[in-house]
Amino acid sequence: MLQSKSFAKKTKQGRVIKVVREHYLRDDIYCGATFCKVCDTSAARLSASASATILIVDTNVVLNQIDLLENPKIDDVVVLSVVLEEVRHKNLSVYNRVKALCTNPLRKFFVFSNEHHRDTYVKDMIGESPNDRNDRAIRVAARWYQSHLGESTQILLITNDRENKKRATEEGISAETVESYVKSLGKPDLLDLVVLSSSVDVPMEDVEDLRPSKKKIIYSEHKPMSEVTSGLLHGIYHQGKLRVNRYNPFEAYVGSESISEEIVICGRANMNRAFHGDIVAVELLPQDQWRDGKSLIIDDDDDDEEEVHLVPNSADDVPRFENPVQPMSGSSPPVSSHPPGRVVGIIKRNWHSYCGSLDPMPMPAGNAGVAHALFASKDRRIPKIRIQTRQLGNLLDKRIIVAVDSWDCLSRYPSGHYVRTIGQIGDRDTESEVLLIENDINSRPFSSQVLACLPPLPWSLSLEDLANSNREDLRHLRVFSVDPPGCKDIDDALHCKPLGNGNFEVGVHIADVTNFVLPGTPLDEEASQRGTSVYLVERRIDMLPKSLTEDICSLRSDVERLSFSVIWELTPDANIVSTRYTKSAIKSCAALSYVEAQARMDDSRLMDPLTTDLRNLNSLAKIMRLRRIKRGALTLASPEVKFQIDTETHDPLDIGMYQIREANQMIEEFMLAANISVAEKILKHFPLCSLLRRHPSPTKEMLEPLLRTAAAVGLDLDVSSSKALADSLDRAVGDDPYFNKLIRILATRCMTQAIYFSSGDLSPSEFSHYGLAAPIYTHFTSPIRRYADVIVHRLLAAALGISRLPPIFMDGPQLTSIADNLNYRHRNAQMASRASVELHTVIFFRNRPTDTEARILKIKSNGFIVFVPKFGIEGPVYLVAKDKGSSDWAVDEAHQKVTKAGTKITYGILQTVRIHMEVVEPQPNRPKLQLTLIS
Amino acid sequence: MEYVDSLTGFRLDGRRPNDMRQIRGEIGVVAKADGSALFEMGNTKVIAAVYGPREVQNKGQQINNQALVRCEYSMANFSTGDRTRRPKGDRRSTEISLVIRQTMEACILVHLMPRSQIDIFVQVLQADGGTRSACINAATLALADAGIPMRDLVTSCSAGYLSSTPLLDLNYVEDSAGGPDVTVGILAKTDKVTLLQMDSKLPIDIFENVMQLAIEGCKAIAQYIREVLLENTKLLESRKGL
Repeated sequence: MLQSKSFAKKTKQGRVIKVVREHYLRDDIYCGATFCKVCDTSAARLSASASATILIVDTNVVLNQIDLLENPKIDDVVVLSVVLEEVRHKNLSVYNRVKALCTNPLRKFFVFSNEHHRDTYVKDMIGESPNDRNDRAIRVAARWYQSHLGESTQILLITNDRENKKRATEEGISAETVESYVKSLGKPDLLDLVVLSSSVDVPMEDVEDLRPSKKKIIYSEHKPMSEVTSGLLHGIYHQGKLRVNRYNPFEAYVGSESISEEIVICGRANMNRAFHGDIVAVELLPQDQWRDGKSLIIDDDDDDEEEVHLVPNSADDVPRFENPVQPMSGSSPPVSSHPPGRVVGIIKRNWHSYCGSLDPMPMPAGNAGVAHALFASKDRRIPKIRIQTRQLGNLLDKRIIVAVDSWDCLSRYPSGHYVRTIGQIGDRDTESEVLLIENDINSRPFSSQVLACLPPLPWSLSLEDLANSNREDLRHLRVFSVDPPGCKDIDDALHCKPLGNGNFEVGVHIADVTNFVLPGTPLDEEASQRGTSVYLVERRIDMLPKSLTEDICSLRSDVERLSFSVIWELTPDANIVSTRYTKSAIKSCAALSYVEAQARMDDSRLMDPLTTDLRNLNSLAKIMRLRRIKRGALTLASPEVKFQIDTETHDPLDIGMYQIREANQMIEEFMLAANISVAEKILKHFPLCSLLRRHPSPTKEMLEPLLRTAAAVGLDLDVSSSKALADSLDRAVGDDPYFNKLIRILATRCMTQAIYFSSGDLSPSEFSHYGLAAPIYTHFTSPIRRYADVIVHRLLAAALGISRLPPIFMDGPQLTSIADNLNYRHRNAQMASRASVELHTVIFFRNRPTDTEARILKIKSNGFIVFVPKFGIEGPVYLVAKDKGSSDWAVDEAHQKVTKAGTKITYGILQTVRIHMEVVEPQPNRPKLQLTLIS
Repeated sequence: MEYVDSLTGFRLDGRRPNDMRQIRGEIGVVAKADGSALFEMGNTKVIAAVYGPREVQNKGQQINNQALVRCEYSMANFSTGDRTRRPKGDRRSTEISLVIRQTMEACILVHLMPRSQIDIFVQVLQADGGTRSACINAATLALADAGIPMRDLVTSCSAGYLSSTPLLDLNYVEDSAGGPDVTVGILAKTDKVTLLQMDSKLPIDIFENVMQLAIEGCKAIAQYIREVLLENTKLLESRKGL
């Protein structure tokens, strides 16, 4: 069975060494056609009928036409391993998509490993480039398929490479280009998915006359890669990730390691076709051009309007330095200390698909033909994309997804192709879908394999569970839960029992999700991919299927449930005497809401045991909280907005800030304590593979905006440690009650994000959690909605000897990649919920223009950014009309004041102003909330 | 890195997870030695020479009721891609020498040859993973060639666990992945384990599978070695004119 053939290969790893590897050729690789009589058809995926057409695609077809291949109308495709390998080297995301296609049981995609097949392996010929060799391998495989399956089956080689096609035809293989093949299928909607290669791009010329300067070269040519590399080496160019300013798409930043400052790039011409997120090579502009940025902005484009930005920009997506260039309509030249630069080459593209809509345009004569349209992405950092479509009439009022294909220097906009339609513009479901797609959130229903892992309903506590010696029966305890009203996925419950010696036994009971989600099952894999549940204003996207989250695992009242418990013995002054961890069975006696719990505690007439428990817990929690704050834990604030949603129409009825009660803080305190206790336990047992959560201290630069604001209002903040900051935040009491909260909100924005990590990757000194002032921390208390907690449950169970540690924990890099994925998902979930709030705010204010009070957060030369405490909205207020040039307002950076020249009208930071809020639609399909000053 | 292609199920070099590399054994490659053999497992190539039983060179080491078995393992300077000069008797080769000596001692009928010495020299000519196993297999062939009485044929094979799959007979690329690497030596007929080593960690139930796979490999090698010996014997027969 084994046939050995070794071949020599030279690889460069600094020096040239010869690598000899064995390469086994085999005769037991099957063709994958279900009708094949020779081969083993157990793993076959291709068509059952012998008269079918089997497609063999080449590398470039896979790379460029992946959207087409993903369309279910394309089937019976053979993907050769040589193609797959090349795709993997060139574009990992496309590779993953092809892989998903090849494993999807609904699609007829078959991977043929031609490189290991005795008859299709080709040896390198002298003087042949790897590309030619691979093309030859593809042709050899195509010919083998033809002779293997016989004449009745048509084998069609799909290639856009003229040379390859010509040779294939010479060798007697039928070959077609993508365009001609798709045309022959006669399905117009498929044609939209086809990416036109630039060489065949003749009809493109028709539309060019829309633009006056057609033949002009708009962008300078990118430097060849070799020049870029040597330039980087010699320090002439700087490499970094391009981040486009979210307020002004014509301005971008590149943070480069070779230069300590951020390089600012003004105007599309200087950005030179780079997209947000691309890794680019940048050249600094000569000194005399340092103030030249402005003219470049102006001649460039038309849309320089401003998006409402309700969202506290997290510290990692705003430019790390305070931005002196006007983020609102580039009205004044940059007085920047940042060196300006120009993109000379793109090292790695960050192109993917974008959600948005087409710019409205008149229907071209003869609707059936090909129309060219401009696509505007919802993400304003992305330039408009030109697409070709045959279904313009259908698409104009739809949200669609478009992928970018190319951008050559003759064209002002990149060209792309239509991928799919999401739905009607303005429809709430469509817009929600858009924000889910933008944040890469999987909202598809769970697959049947996943659902098969669930225990059958109705589930009830079985005798086996109780007989398990590792599970303690705690059903006799008076356990209760406190959650937000209407909460269905209750994952934590508490109990509190006075002990004879005056101490208290306090237990935190967490839903035992790992009892149902077993490692390695499809259910587990799906949950680990999703990472977290996502909470949007009107809906929730679950990490686990509904029957688990809302029934089997949910610790509802009066039902017996499995749980994982942390039980402390606490002295009356909340010192921990002992800690115990156990799996348990509980029966909750009450599922309270925060309001109910608070009301019970406050009502002095109530003396029932449950209320007494609540009061005991509350007094313990207060002591713990005080102690934690003394240690230096920060009490930060973020404007959390609460919508009241109409149950019928799902439209927002009212909007307001989320109110935090003592009961919330009580629950939070015990959850924190449980998390810390668990973190200690798992770290002790598994010092190298525990999943912990850390919160790095903010750097000096990150706190800079906070300090500047504080100084402007005459506040002295000490940021030397979290304790010092917490103390000075406590002292920061202004003349009105909201002042302190505002300062805290500003402080929150300066913080880094807390992240998950594997304890083996960092040294113990780096484990600390800045915000909580805890040396170690993890997440244990919400396994229903966070996968991190599921992992921690498994670690804790293994630490207690209840179950074995799944093998995944032995694999350091894999654990790290899980932690990275969790961080990514977590961040995206946050972004999605914010975007959802933003969306609903716009829906809410659509028919309700409102006057309200706002506080100034940031001063700019032509306006300021305000925060509306009542609704938690943040947005810009312009002092100068947009079309006017320079303003007569003078900014005082040091005191953060803006004064109108010649008058005494002054606005200072944190000052209260009255504003008018209204939804306007300055650009079609992009409604936004406009804030104007009422003077 | 993906060591087993999830789509086709092949390893990097085109083997399936439970395929061994191509093996080849040759007897009598060093004329001067009492017994010698060359053993190849894929690109791993090992030569073994056996001297003895002979008089003990250092009388102080002589054992009165059994034979003294000595073993020396070395790697040729040219055995890896880049030519490096290795010191003799570094930790690794001392350890492998010891491992091979203990494994072979367990199967040689040492009590039949008191006050004598058996020297086993193994050298790696070309290294591509699994040198330990290849050395033991070569030594077995060479001992048999030298006509030294043995309980059984000792054979050895390694198995690993990468990409959640047990893999038989790791090559260099798979070996350097840093995953678990189980080397097993068995007495093929009597099914007794004489060598068991593992790098890294494995959960016990997976370990059993991996070890079982390595034992299967050992048995296949034993089968092959027996064929080589049989062929060699036939050759000797025909030379003697029998």
